Amino acid sequence: MASTANTFRNQPDERGHFGDYGGRYVAETLMPLVLDLEREYRKAQADPEFQREFDDLLEHYVGRPSPLYHAERLTEALGGAQVWFKRDELNHTGAHKINNCIGQILLAIRMGKTRIIAETGAGQHGVATATVCARFGLPCVIYMGAEDVRRQSPNVFRMKLLGAEIVPVTSGRGTLKDAMNEGLRDWVANVEDTFYIIGTAAGPHPYPEMVRDFQSIIGKEARAQMLDRIGRLPDLAVACIGGGSNALGLFHPFLDDREVKLLGVEAAGHGLDGDEHAASLLGGFPGVLHGNKTYLLQDEDGQITEGHSISAGLDYPGIGPEHAWLKDTGRVEYTAVTDEEALEAFQLLCRTEGIIPALEPSHAIAAVAKRAKEMPKDSVILANLCGRGDKDIFTVAERLGVEM
Amino acid sequence: MTRLSNAFSKSHPALVCFVTAGDGDTAANLDALVEGGADVIELGMPFTDPMADGPAIQAANIRSLNAGTTTADVLRIARKFRDRHPDVPLVLMGYANPMIRRGPDWFANAAKEAGVDGVICVDIPPEEDDALGPQLRDAGIAPIRLATPTTDAKRLPQVLEGSSGFLYYVAVAGITGMQQAAIESIEANVSRIKQSTDIPVAVGFGVRTPEQAAEIAEVADGVVVGSALVELVGEHGADAPAKLRELTAGLAKAVHSAAKGAA
Ligand SMILES: Cc1ncc(COP(=O)(O)O)c(C=O)c1O
Repeated sequence: MASTANTFRNQPDERGHFGDYGGRYVAETLMPLVLDLEREYRKAQADPEFQREFDDLLEHYVGRPSPLYHAERLTEALGGAQVWFKRDELNHTGAHKINNCIGQILLAIRMGKTRIIAETGAGQHGVATATVCARFGLPCVIYMGAEDVRRQSPNVFRMKLLGAEIVPVTSGRGTLKDAMNEGLRDWVANVEDTFYIIGTAAGPHPYPEMVRDFQSIIGKEARAQMLDRIGRLPDLAVACIGGGSNALGLFHPFLDDREVKLLGVEAAGHGLDGDEHAASLLGGFPGVLHGNKTYLLQDEDGQITEGHSISAGLDYPGIGPEHAWLKDTGRVEYTAVTDEEALEAFQLLCRTEGIIPALEPSHAIAAVAKRAKEMPKDSVILANLCGRGDKDIFTVAERLGVEM
Repeated sequence: MTRLSNAFSKSHPALVCFVTAGDGDTAANLDALVEGGADVIELGMPFTDPMADGPAIQAANIRSLNAGTTTADVLRIARKFRDRHPDVPLVLMGYANPMIRRGPDWFANAAKEAGVDGVICVDIPPEEDDALGPQLRDAGIAPIRLATPTTDAKRLPQVLEGSSGFLYYVAVAGITGMQQAAIESIEANVSRIKQSTDIPVAVGFGVRTPEQAAEIAEVADGVVVGSALVELVGEHGADAPAKLRELTAGLAKAVHSAAKGAA
C-alpha cells in the first residue's frame, strides 16, 4: 500500500501519471498546449508573486479562510462521533469551485490568454468561472448541456448577469460530458488565445494536479484549524465526489497522516445494482476519456454511459485520476449514497444546524450520519460542506412534492 | 511491400476516404468508395464522445451507436471488406477507449485477424504510446499518427518515432468538417514534415471538393476526405452508395491527375 517514497503526496510523476491513471490522452493539436500549460504552471508555482496574488484574492474576494464549525446539534442527533464541518459553502459564489477558478484565471492572465472557456453541469463551476472573468474583465464562454440549461435556469441567469455567453450543448446526449467535449472542441479551434478552465480534478495533465493544488487550501486550512481548536487531527475526513476536486482538496493535506481515515462519497442515484447511478469508482471500469485514464461508467465496448444523480454536480461518468489511484492503493475508502439518503441528510442538516447544504455535500452528510453512529463519542469526523443549497431548492421541492 | 505502402507508391497521389462503421449499409458504402477509386479506406469506429470531430461525424457516430453497432460489428465489417477487397488497405480510425477496453493486445490481435492495416487513434499522442502502440507494432499493424499546425519542429521527431503507414497531417487547428486551411500553409507544413521523414504524408480535415483535393494533391502524398462523404450517408441512407461512388470518382480523378512529387 505504501508508495515509493513512503508518501501519498508525491503524485503524479513527470508524465502526469498517478500510478496507471491520468496522463495526457489528447489529440495532437492540444498536446503542445497542455505541455505549454504545464511549463507555465511550474513557473507560476515557483513564483512567490503568483502565490501572493492567489492568497490575497482568496482572503479578500472569496472570503477565506472558511470557518471550521462544530455541528453540535447534528452530533447530538446522530449520537456518536463529533461532527465538524469545513464551511466552504460560505465562499463567494457558494461553493468550493471558486478556489480553483481564481488559480486558473491568474495563470491564464500570466500566459497572456484573452478568452476563457469552461464546461458546467449544475452551473456552479460556470458561475464561478463567469465570476472570475467579470472580476478580471475577460470574455467568457460557458458550455452547458441543453438539458441542464433548462433545469438550472437560476444559475444560467446568474452567469448571464456576470456577462458570460452560455452555449447550450445539444451534441451527444446534451449533458455535462458533452459540454466538456464541446469545451475541448472549442479549445482545439482556438489554440492561440483561449484558456480552458476545467472545473474538477480531471482532464489531461496538468489539470488534475493543478486543480488539486488550488483546492488543497481546503485541507490545509482544515488541518491547521483542527489542531488549533481541538489539538488533534480528525479520525475520519469525508467528502462527496463528482469529478473529485473538493474531496482531493480536503484529503490531500491529510494523505500522509495515516491515523486519519479518508472516505470519498459517490452518488449511488437509484442504487448501485442498476444503471441509474454516477459512481464511477464503485460501478465503473478503467478507461480513457477527456484526456485522462481513470474509472469510467461505460459498457463492455467502451462506450460511455450516462450517470444519474439527484445532484447535477455529481452526475459525471468519470472521476479524477488521483482518486482512481487512491482507490487502488487503498489509502482512501470509497462509498456511495443514494438520492433518497442524500435528500434525508439535506433535510437533517437544515433542521439541526440551520444550514441548507447543496445536494452534493448532502451525500457526504449522509455518509457521515451512517459512520458517526458507529463511532465512539470522543471520536472526530471532519466533513467538507462544499456548497450551499440555494441552487437546489427547486429540485428538492419537486422531490418532496411541494409546489413553489 | 504492405498494402499501405503499395497504395502510396502508385504513380499518383492517394485518395483516402472515411466513413463511419455501422452508419447505413457500411459494406455497400465501402464498396462504393473502392469502385469510385479510393486508394485507402478509413473506417471510423463509433464512440459516444468523439471530441475531435465536428457535427457531421458526431452525427454519424450517434446514428451508428443508435443502430446498435458494437466493436464486434466493426471488426466483422472490416473482415468482410478484406475478403471482398484483398488488396485495398483498410485503416481503423477512432478513440482510445473502445480500442483498449478489452486490453490493447486483444484489440491489436482482433484488428490483425480482421485484416486491418493501420490504426489511427485520435487521443493517444506519442506521450501515451504505451497504451496501444507496442501491441499494434507487435501485431504488424501500422500506428498512424497525426501531425497538426501546432506540432512544431521540436516535437515532430517524437510524432514520427514509432509511427508508420503514413502520417496524417491535420490541416487546420480544429475539428473535422470545418473550413479548409490555406494551401500555402499546407504546402509549407507538408514540405517541412517531408524533410524529416520518408513516410508518406496525407492531408485531411476540411477537404470537401475535387477542386480542393486537386490543390492538396499537388503538395502531398495523399488527400483524406471524411465529413463530405459522411454527410452523404446521413442524407441519403440506403441510397448513399451511388452518391458516394459519384463523389469519390470526382475526388479520385482530381487527386490521381495531380503531379506526383510536386511537393
Ligand atoms: C457544491 C458542489 N460540490 C461538489 C461538486 C462536485 O465536484 P467535485 O467532485 O469536483 O468537487 C460540485 C460540482 O458542480 C458542486 O457544485
